[in-house]
Amino acid sequence: MQIFPRSSNAIARASIVLVLVAVGGVFWVLWELERSPFITYEGVRRSQPIPFSHQHHVTGLGIDCRYCHTSVETSSFAGIPPTKTCINCHAQIWTNAAYLEPVRESYRTGRSIEWTRVNQLPDFVYFNHSIHINKGVGCNTCHGPVDQMPLMYQYASLQMEFCLDCHRNTEKYLRPREQVFNMRYEPPVDDPLGKNAVVFDGNTYNNQIALGNALKTAYKVRSVKDITSCNTCHR
Amino acid sequence: MATNTQTPVEVPVADRRVPVIAPGHTYSTITEKISNIVLTRPISLGWILGFLIVFGMLNMLMGVLGYLFVKGTGIWGINIPVGWGFAIINFVWWIGIGHAGTLISAILALLRQTWRNSINRFAEAMTLFAVACAGIFPLAHTGRPWLAYWLFPYPNTMNYWPNFRSPLVWDVFAVSTYFTISLVFWFVGLIPDFATMRDRAENLWAQRIYGLLAMGWRGSARHWHRYETAYLLLAGLATPLVLSVHTVVSFDFAVGIVPGWHTTIFPPYFVAGAIYSGFAMVLCLAIPIRSIYKLEDFITIRHIENSAKVMLATGLIVAYGYGIEAFMGWYSGNRYDSFLMWNRLHGPYKFWYAALLACNIFIPQILWLKKFRTSTGWLWLISFTVLLGMWLERFIIIVVSLSRDFLNSSWGMYYPTKWDWFTFAGTIGLFLTGMWLFCRVLPMISIFELRTLLPEAQVHETAEVKQ
Repeated sequence: MQIFPRSSNAIARASIVLVLVAVGGVFWVLWELERSPFITYEGVRRSQPIPFSHQHHVTGLGIDCRYCHTSVETSSFAGIPPTKTCINCHAQIWTNAAYLEPVRESYRTGRSIEWTRVNQLPDFVYFNHSIHINKGVGCNTCHGPVDQMPLMYQYASLQMEFCLDCHRNTEKYLRPREQVFNMRYEPPVDDPLGKNAVVFDGNTYNNQIALGNALKTAYKVRSVKDITSCNTCHR
Repeated sequence: MATNTQTPVEVPVADRRVPVIAPGHTYSTITEKISNIVLTRPISLGWILGFLIVFGMLNMLMGVLGYLFVKGTGIWGINIPVGWGFAIINFVWWIGIGHAGTLISAILALLRQTWRNSINRFAEAMTLFAVACAGIFPLAHTGRPWLAYWLFPYPNTMNYWPNFRSPLVWDVFAVSTYFTISLVFWFVGLIPDFATMRDRAENLWAQRIYGLLAMGWRGSARHWHRYETAYLLLAGLATPLVLSVHTVVSFDFAVGIVPGWHTTIFPPYFVAGAIYSGFAMVLCLAIPIRSIYKLEDFITIRHIENSAKVMLATGLIVAYGYGIEAFMGWYSGNRYDSFLMWNRLHGPYKFWYAALLACNIFIPQILWLKKFRTSTGWLWLISFTVLLGMWLERFIIIVVSLSRDFLNSSWGMYYPTKWDWFTFAGTIGLFLTGMWLFCRVLPMISIFELRTLLPEAQVHETAEVKQ
């Protein structure tokens, strides 16, 4: 008596492939999932109590980052401006705009506006803005084109691999100190005609790696071993 | 000339030892006797009662681990300075027990020891369940077992490998390789027997399940040829694992600078201890199983005595290890090492050190006497003593060394809590539940390998040699 139908042989052979596909598929899904915005919030626009537009204030009005984020060059925290900073201008313009009422209310009552935090690192990560600014890491290297964001979103995954990509190869990302707040900065490209050439310390650089290495020396950026040591960020 | 005669050639009896299979058996009686334990033997009340007890213990393990995951490892007695405690003691104990199965199935197969054929199947099952029990402990001991996959070098969002200098990572590789190879080896060894079960089962579902597991085995010459090759290759792969797994486990200790751990003798002495405790467990299981299932014809006094001899030999290696530790404590002139020896003999755990020496070294010496090697009752008691002794050995290595290290200000005692005991008892439940089910659903002795022990199987071979 046959205990298996005729199709069993085909199924048995196919199962070898199917198991590989299934196991591979599970790993692929996990690989995609753990890097997806579902986990990282990369690219997710958060709703805010006031629809504040960085695009309007930076590109439209030309306000420098440091006008509001005052402590970015000297402190670990870039700083969220107090309501008074808003009122500096909004006492004069758009004084009756309805959607600015929360700003005026905050100013009247002295209660802070409760913004929704967009770029957040876990508490077990020690991060300092000032060291990055002073060693020539541009704002938009991590924060992206903030000058084109009507509503703020997280530009990078902010996963550890994102941090380490730069910490292991700083020369790929550094720029001259005076270009850090330039949201339209373009790194030098390998171009014989000198397109995007960057002048630093009297020398002209047509190549980002050459520029980066010069900046590393000039700004005394610590060795890769030092800045990829566990306790540099996990103190 | 021999091919012309049809008369069977007598196999000369070379020695007067008890045979590895009782006389009078044929291919069919072997097959019947072993497969009927699974297929026709009714489930006895004793089996059900025993199963309820061991399955209850397994459920207790689940409950205790659940509570552990909620509350954290603080429910255990571990703390600074003794951070390892029961979790690592039990891990090393269980993984050591598994080693006998691999030794029997792989090394004895390569050495063509025929007596392995009737005990390798359940010894390998024992290995698998023991490794499963062992794996629970380091996992639970990490404190956050849901992140245990971090120990594997997989492409992760941290863009970092695990720390390859950490013995914990070595353990992951050693134990997972060991479990995989043991499982594959065990399964491959079962395939011809699955086919036998498929062919003999009455129930359609039993036929289908065994048939599925037999993977289309028909017993053709081509099947056997490929099968033998695969089995030999697997035996070759498993052989180094007998030595490497417990060597890596001993590195957990030996790479540390704690007195009593930092010695080069650890790998060989751990491997010997592993095989020692493994054979003790084999005997603890084989003796009751052969009597309950009336398997004295297949697991003869020869098997029992050989296992006792392996125990005696490995026990002496372990004793040598203890001796060298004591000698080095004095000879090295290292004050911390000599203090450790003094502390073992006179410190707060001196009673347990004395118990260890008694269980592991002194009591097993009566195995020099044939009377005790061949008496199943005595041998069971001695094997149990050895299991106890090997557990105490890991207790002494871990607790005595950690509780009193270099600085008196950091000394402290270790007291296991009830949760430590529940977890340990629970893994015994897991182990025994596995063995309980194994005895009822799989042929616990390799039918096809046992058949090769019959004179019929040898006649042909002898005739060809004479040609």
